[in-house]
Amino acid sequence: MTELTKLTLAEARARLAAREITASELTQAYLAAIEAANPAINAYVAVTADRALEMARRSDERLARGEGGALEGIPLGIKDLFATEGVHTQACSHILDGFKPPYESTVTANLWADGAVMLGKLNMDEFAMGSSNETSYYGNVVNPWRREGSTEALVPGGSSGGSAAAVAAWLCAGATATDTGGSIRQPAALTGTVGMKPTYGRCSRWGVVAFASSLDQAGPITRTLRDNAIMMRSMASVDARDTTSVDLPVPDYEAAIGRSVKGLKIGIPAEYRIDGLPAEIAALWQQGIDWLKAAGAEIVEISLPHTKYALPAYYIVAPAEASSNLARYDGVRYGLRVPGEDIADMYENTRAAGFGSEVKRRILIGTYVLSAGYYDAYYLRAQKVRTLIKRDFDEAFNAGVDAILTPATPDAAFAPGAFSGDPVQMYLNDVFTVTVNMAGLPGLAVPAGLNSAGLPLGLQLIGRPFGEETLYTIGNVIEEAAGRFEPGKWW
Amino acid sequence: MSIVDTRTPDPKKFIKGATGDWEIVIGMEVHAQVTSNAKLFSGASTEFGKDPNANVSLVDAAMPGMLPVINEECVKQAIRTGLGLKAQINLKSVFDRKNYFYPDLPQGYQISQFKQPIVGEGEVLLDMPGGEQVTVGVERLHLEQDAGKSLHDQHPTMSFVDLNRSGVALMEIVSKPDLRSADEAKVYLTKLRTILRYLGTCDGNMDQGSMRADVNVSVRAPGGAFGTRCEIKNVNSIRFVGQAIEYEARRQIGILEDGGSIDQETRLFDPVKGETRSMRSKEEAHDYRYFPDPDLLPLEFDQAYVDALAVGLPELPDDKKARFVADYGLTAYDADILVAEKASADFFEEVAKGRDAKLSANWVINELFGRLNKEGLELSESPVSAGQLGGIVDLVVDGTISGKIAKDLFEIVWSEGGEPAAIVEARGMRQVTDLGAIEAEVDKIIAANPDKVEQARAKPGLLGWFVGQVMKATGGKANPQAVNDLLKAKIGIE
Repeated sequence: MTELTKLTLAEARARLAAREITASELTQAYLAAIEAANPAINAYVAVTADRALEMARRSDERLARGEGGALEGIPLGIKDLFATEGVHTQACSHILDGFKPPYESTVTANLWADGAVMLGKLNMDEFAMGSSNETSYYGNVVNPWRREGSTEALVPGGSSGGSAAAVAAWLCAGATATDTGGSIRQPAALTGTVGMKPTYGRCSRWGVVAFASSLDQAGPITRTLRDNAIMMRSMASVDARDTTSVDLPVPDYEAAIGRSVKGLKIGIPAEYRIDGLPAEIAALWQQGIDWLKAAGAEIVEISLPHTKYALPAYYIVAPAEASSNLARYDGVRYGLRVPGEDIADMYENTRAAGFGSEVKRRILIGTYVLSAGYYDAYYLRAQKVRTLIKRDFDEAFNAGVDAILTPATPDAAFAPGAFSGDPVQMYLNDVFTVTVNMAGLPGLAVPAGLNSAGLPLGLQLIGRPFGEETLYTIGNVIEEAAGRFEPGKWW
Repeated sequence: MSIVDTRTPDPKKFIKGATGDWEIVIGMEVHAQVTSNAKLFSGASTEFGKDPNANVSLVDAAMPGMLPVINEECVKQAIRTGLGLKAQINLKSVFDRKNYFYPDLPQGYQISQFKQPIVGEGEVLLDMPGGEQVTVGVERLHLEQDAGKSLHDQHPTMSFVDLNRSGVALMEIVSKPDLRSADEAKVYLTKLRTILRYLGTCDGNMDQGSMRADVNVSVRAPGGAFGTRCEIKNVNSIRFVGQAIEYEARRQIGILEDGGSIDQETRLFDPVKGETRSMRSKEEAHDYRYFPDPDLLPLEFDQAYVDALAVGLPELPDDKKARFVADYGLTAYDADILVAEKASADFFEEVAKGRDAKLSANWVINELFGRLNKEGLELSESPVSAGQLGGIVDLVVDGTISGKIAKDLFEIVWSEGGEPAAIVEARGMRQVTDLGAIEAEVDKIIAANPDKVEQARAKPGLLGWFVGQVMKATGGKANPQAVNDLLKAKIGIE
């Protein structure tokens, strides 16, 4: 059974279509793997075994008739941020205790329409706020990767830590994730998986619990680039229920894999050579440049001068939106309610007990920066910075750059608690990724190597708006050159 | 923002205080529920009077992950209203979130328009009794969501929430501080309601909460600097608006004359006690933390979109009034009464079609409206149709019946119904125009009253007595003009 879970999504798809394996077998294999691994990894917060087997049975019926969608019979894990009808949907927060929505998010509905099988809901930082999956009400996710010769637990990154860990530990064929400031790309990089944050508007946000509406985007985390392209195609769609989704045809991303990069112009932004960048990361970046050059791409130095303002501006915009988006969790209609003497008391009791400290911190920051007298100095200025960041990218793309290559993260996976007491140090994990959200661009994290301790490192490719195909084309060069990276199984 | 005073102080509107005259300054924020089948950002129904929480979508209940989608019909209604207020239509506007916690506000914010409303400056023309015309500036109109309703009387210790109204589209129409008396405020609200009803953009039913007014009141020495204002929230009838302003102005004058100062605050009007009382002070005012709603793109349309809506607009009350005066020769007063409701104006035009307009207006206003008022009925409940009333007018004009008989006929049609001409035939109400028959009666009465004939020759005003006698003798059916002519000829009055 173990071999089944080691199949890539693309391989499983081929074997299912050829009827060499059944969706039921594949699903059972994953369910068994989850049962064995989850006590150690804690990637799943809810396993929907019955539903998974039922979905798999129907997939097998369709496959037997020679029918089936693009993901027919493929078992997936779903980040707890996506509403799944009748199933645990709590954004891994205490405040949504017992919440099972009577509706299905557009992204997951798209996946089920294409035949995918839901294995369960994946752990994450509470309300997607975190870079280490330490803020989940359901406990830390443990990275399947360990330093060579060490048994110390490491974080998988966040906020999509459950998604990345489940994919890396063969607990699903692929996983949905979301990215507001790096929440797909950073955990992908820290677990040796592939993560795509598509262009803002490429996937519908309908039914995805909101963190920061102008930045949130759904995307896939997978073991290979091809798997990622396959899943991306199913997840993307325009949606009349999300007016920020974009009505553009969804391309066959998989077809972009294997195209030549000859003549493509790859920008290398000087501003991403930050102070204190570990030598290993710098070397990895140079390795990426060399691979792309060798494959025929043209490497150009570019400047994105407002990069240094991106992180502070992000930590104004995202909390501001979050402070408003999370106002609905008030104990009145669903989720947790802690009684009080009057309505204000009930609000305070509920929100005090229901939200974890990181979520509270961001609500406070957001409330502050939107307050009368501070709005212009913080929120308005951050929005102006955002415009400038976007303009930096526009200028690079207008100068003919097809994609930009950067490190995905400033370092490899770290131990839990490494940044406890210093949230700003934790926020620095997003330094290479937030710019992409601020500009609404697509960003792809691809595994590119291991550090000296044997931990995976990733590179990031940033594309033009709706330039996901180009990113898959270029990412493939890196994947082919670097090879794939798998953790040693210890659980 | 500096406020421009557009009015010249008018002593007729001053309030006498102990220390001298005071002038009231009033500005209004009217919340008008947009007439639409669905809510502003969800597909839920807006039908009034349904069971609590029957009209609630996932969006209205602010379930996690739900997103607002603008209802285009509400946008069109706002544009139509802006055009009706002769206002600037903004081709780009922005929805903002107004953040505050309340159980009837499920999202924890109201989606509204703060810095960039859909409609900018416009105006409303008031025709005051006595003929004065007042132009009231409109500052802006913006679209926003209504809140739900908290029910505090359903359970001993708990409050319940009804979200049927949550998310229903409102237009907030903000006037400039151009009103100077309670009467002006009442006429403004009435006129605004008339315009909205003509446009079909709000039903104006204040008793159902479809229209509510926040009234900003301050007082000052006539023509002086603006005083500190108090905002009276959610007044839900035109009469109460008048009462609230009168009370509030007196209250403020009392404080100022006692050497005190006015605290800027939000107040509530208690219709039972007829007074306003403090709700929250400026210090307690919410910090709403407005910011652009990231779930909604800016609302943009082009001028052609506006122009297409302008083409479809109905004739508005000011234009209709001008036309009634010019084309039908009505007095401004009669025209005002007829255009106050579109249904009245339409009714009148149906009666007047092909008939004498002034006579038709008289019948509509004096007979029909008078009677409806007396019975407390709406025009829509009138037992007499425009066709029937027109039929009565026709019978008067062609001399079939006299004006007096016509009133009897109106009574019969009102209480029994029927076709006027047929009633006249069936009941022998036809006016006697046979000159021979009338002449016989005239001769009889002249012969019987020689002394009165003499007196009438000296004092022609007494002719009326003879007319009355003839009419009495003919059962009111004699043509009064013929009677008059015959009497004059026979008695010898020029």
